[in-house]
Amino acid sequence: MAETETADAGSSGLMVRNVVYCGVCTLPPEYCEFGGTTKKCEEWLQQHHPDMHAKLYSAGPPVYPPPTQRSQLTTVAITEVLEANMASLSVDAQKRAEKDAQKKAAKAATQEAKEQERKASAMVYIKRIERNKRKYVTAVSGLEAHGLELKKVAKDMGKKFATGASVTKIPSGGEEITVQGDLSDDIFDWVLDTYGDVVPEDNVECIEDKKKKGAG
Amino acid sequence: MFKKDITAGQKSKVKSSVQRGIRTKVTETYPLLAPHIDEIMPKKEQLDLIKLPDRVSLYALHSTPLFFQHMDDALLPHLTLVHRYPSCFPRIRIDRGAIRFVLSGAALMAPGLTSTGGRLPNPNAKAEDEKYGKEELETGAPVVIEAEGKEHACLVGVLKMGTGEMKEKKKGVVMDAGHYLGDGLWKMHLD
Repeated sequence: MAETETADAGSSGLMVRNVVYCGVCTLPPEYCEFGGTTKKCEEWLQQHHPDMHAKLYSAGPPVYPPPTQRSQLTTVAITEVLEANMASLSVDAQKRAEKDAQKKAAKAATQEAKEQERKASAMVYIKRIERNKRKYVTAVSGLEAHGLELKKVAKDMGKKFATGASVTKIPSGGEEITVQGDLSDDIFDWVLDTYGDVVPEDNVECIEDKKKKGAG
Repeated sequence: MFKKDITAGQKSKVKSSVQRGIRTKVTETYPLLAPHIDEIMPKKEQLDLIKLPDRVSLYALHSTPLFFQHMDDALLPHLTLVHRYPSCFPRIRIDRGAIRFVLSGAALMAPGLTSTGGRLPNPNAKAEDEKYGKEELETGAPVVIEAEGKEHACLVGVLKMGTGEMKEKKKGVVMDAGHYLGDGLWKMHLD
């Protein structure tokens, strides 16, 4: 960012820092140990910011270790640094903190597994509905289960296909995107193109309107 | 304040006169930030006001959140802003044991600040502890909470107890309803 550069040269001598945030838990990397996804965070940091990883997870002199602990830190292991950080707490508090951390990690893991399962089974339906003899609207439902924001997707669809696209409530609860015109095939391709990384192809299905089938 | 995940409400542009008001208010509340105010909110740029649940409003420049405010309370900086300009806010430090409670949204209690790992404003502070200020902070002062052994701040909020009182009592709630790392406001994305 340009603003950071100019600030560095500022006359006041105050530093403006550019902060790196963990790609897994979004916290500054030094707080990853409290997030519950410590292991993943560590891997991410190693890949993206090896220098920072070395500082935080290796056994170089950690930031505030008590002097008695420092001599013990010789091998490179994440646990040791964390232990050293913990050493400033009382034994009892340490135990509790550890238990808490384990619980948190387990919780995060199960939550993630659940989420993945849900995503794998969530289908996106693209449905063509006959509105008038030769007029159609296309309803897209199920995108929200993949973490997409319907309002924004609708806007994008409207722009892409140059038609009206809106988020409408459906009687069964929930919302879907209604696009004017018969665009089911185009939308199918577009969804896979733009959101292919979040929505697997097998999970997208086109449904023909039954009425039309009966007529034809 | 933002324990649950929140979704951004309606977004609107801030009137230029109101924007001027915000600028002066920010420089009043955080005099140390005054030299940087032009970098944070350039005069010509258009600020956005985003309404959040519970009558909180968030001011953002493009899609970077800057300050939030509950009704007409003090303007509080978003933590990303604090991380970029760490030295521009009054700050105190908590000990390591308190971090995990803060990060799970508990109210901040005095012992976390008064123990050996914590730092409060201290007129006799030396060298590296000088950044925690010398003058006592009053009740109602907006303050940034840093953590022992960590470089970045983890909590922002308004004090419910003056620092002098804390040193005396060493008990009780110091701050509740703050904005901490990993809360709803932190996780919210603007675009």
